Amino acid sequence: MSSISPNNLIYALCDANSFYASCEQVFRPDLRKRPVVVLSNNDGCVIAQTKDAKKLLDLYMCKPWFEVEEEARKLGVVPFSSNYELYAEMSNRFVATLRHFAPRVEVYSIDESFLDLTGFTEDLTAYGRDIKDTVKQWTGLPICVGMGHTKTLAKLANHCAKKVGGFNGVCDLTSMSQTEQDSLMESLPVSKVWGVGSRLEASLNQLGVHNVLRLKRASPKRIRDKFGVVLERTVRELNGEPWLELQLSLPEAKQVMSSRSFGSRVTELADLEQSISFHAGTAARRMRSKELYANAVYVFVMNSPHDKAEYYSASQVVNLPSPTDSTFQITKAALWLLKQIHKPGVYYQKCGVMLMDTVPKGGQQIDLFGYSKDDEKADRLMTALDNVNLKYGRGTVKIASEGIDQAWVMRRAFKSPNYLGDWKEIPKVKA
Amino acid sequence: MTIEQTYNPAHLSPLVTQRPIYSGKVCAGQSRFPSPAQDYEQKSLDLNQRFVTNPPATFFFEVTGDSMIGAGIFPGATLIVNRSVKAKSSSIVIVDVDGEWMVKRLYKRGNTVRLLSENPAYAPIEFTEGQELIIFGVVTYVIHQPQ
Repeated sequence: MSSISPNNLIYALCDANSFYASCEQVFRPDLRKRPVVVLSNNDGCVIAQTKDAKKLLDLYMCKPWFEVEEEARKLGVVPFSSNYELYAEMSNRFVATLRHFAPRVEVYSIDESFLDLTGFTEDLTAYGRDIKDTVKQWTGLPICVGMGHTKTLAKLANHCAKKVGGFNGVCDLTSMSQTEQDSLMESLPVSKVWGVGSRLEASLNQLGVHNVLRLKRASPKRIRDKFGVVLERTVRELNGEPWLELQLSLPEAKQVMSSRSFGSRVTELADLEQSISFHAGTAARRMRSKELYANAVYVFVMNSPHDKAEYYSASQVVNLPSPTDSTFQITKAALWLLKQIHKPGVYYQKCGVMLMDTVPKGGQQIDLFGYSKDDEKADRLMTALDNVNLKYGRGTVKIASEGIDQAWVMRRAFKSPNYLGDWKEIPKVKA
Repeated sequence: MTIEQTYNPAHLSPLVTQRPIYSGKVCAGQSRFPSPAQDYEQKSLDLNQRFVTNPPATFFFEVTGDSMIGAGIFPGATLIVNRSVKAKSSSIVIVDVDGEWMVKRLYKRGNTVRLLSENPAYAPIEFTEGQELIIFGVVTYVIHQPQ
């Protein structure tokens, strides 16, 4: 037994319920009790659904929408195209609310955050309930809170808060006796442990490890020999030994990417050029917001491996003469690359631009023959471009090669308004 | 391996980027007097600071209809709605009425819940016992152009 356990670290995992679907429901009182599903890019597959929708169509998750649409509509299911602008803003509000409750917050994903509650002496279940109620009150989002001495335990507690009856959305493992914890773990299949996927589950089952308690009681050394160090850490974490720390900031991205599938297949070079220009502009803007410069530009195009035609996928990269964050330089490079890899007659399904080998602004090597003179001018121009687009909506000012009528944009037939990001689309209220 | 293959950097491609010789203005001495106000610079007034006191809980709505003109809420106005403010009797609230957001004045006395309009042309909406009252948030400010 480790000397660290039982330790005094306390983590809480706050996880929004059916996040995308809940975001849609916040603004639609008529849908509060209706089953709602959210579809992936291009309205492809069901990627999120409310609890009621799950009950109705448990098997629909990840299924192509066109296959299930007729049946789902009959059952009264309401579909939405993914509205990432809305989800991102709601996620920011969720995290901003959580920051009122803990000094250290790790944003783990768009709908999950870890809080460090170490040192809190009050009733943690009551505190968890306060977090849950406040997030619901302020943002409208329903969440569940799970607490434990390690991140793996907090994640497991969150599952219990959500799925096991009697917890009502808040589960604090730290306040339970060892016996209580063990009997709870005995009732949960091993797949409910963080990081145990279906393949690992099958291998564990073969060894007789079916429930969480069995995994907790397994010998860490034997687990390491058989499955590696990651699962060994999981076992130790289940026993209350912390191995995973809070990640307060993401490592600096070395690459910035913008890519997307087309709404319909694209074959004309002119359409591809528009799309590549758009992605070059998007990637450049993202890079500028992180105060980075790129040293290389990478462009790829591909058709769908599921299409009948022969699979074609091509990419090429070019080093820039000196690091830049200029939309003009990057677009120019990307369009030149596109010409090199474009093959006529191919029905392309996806393309994208990646800016590589990025360096922090100011950290770039100054090239005597670089863009020095125009640097400041270009800088001001890019700042102005970003500001105008931020103020008047994305795409207000853009490079002409992006095109005005974009035939290739993705299909979002059921997209809700941009309630929180566009004055023209704020919700209406009747007086 | 040919030279072309080994030596094909970007600047030999059609992608010719402009590469000016380093130049710039050099200023010797101070060209103008410093502003006497430079030590007193401050941020300009920010409307958010005054009207959006709790950003994650603040939402904006656009008004349609004239049932609340007595409270200074005109059609086309923008409402600032704060979800972290507790609704009490006499608060102006955004409320779910049959699946639609409405802005009304809340009236609560004991078990009686009514939604009042601020226009004599509209009757109060009575909530029967057991009927669920779903309040989105409390209207804290109204923004509209003067007539």
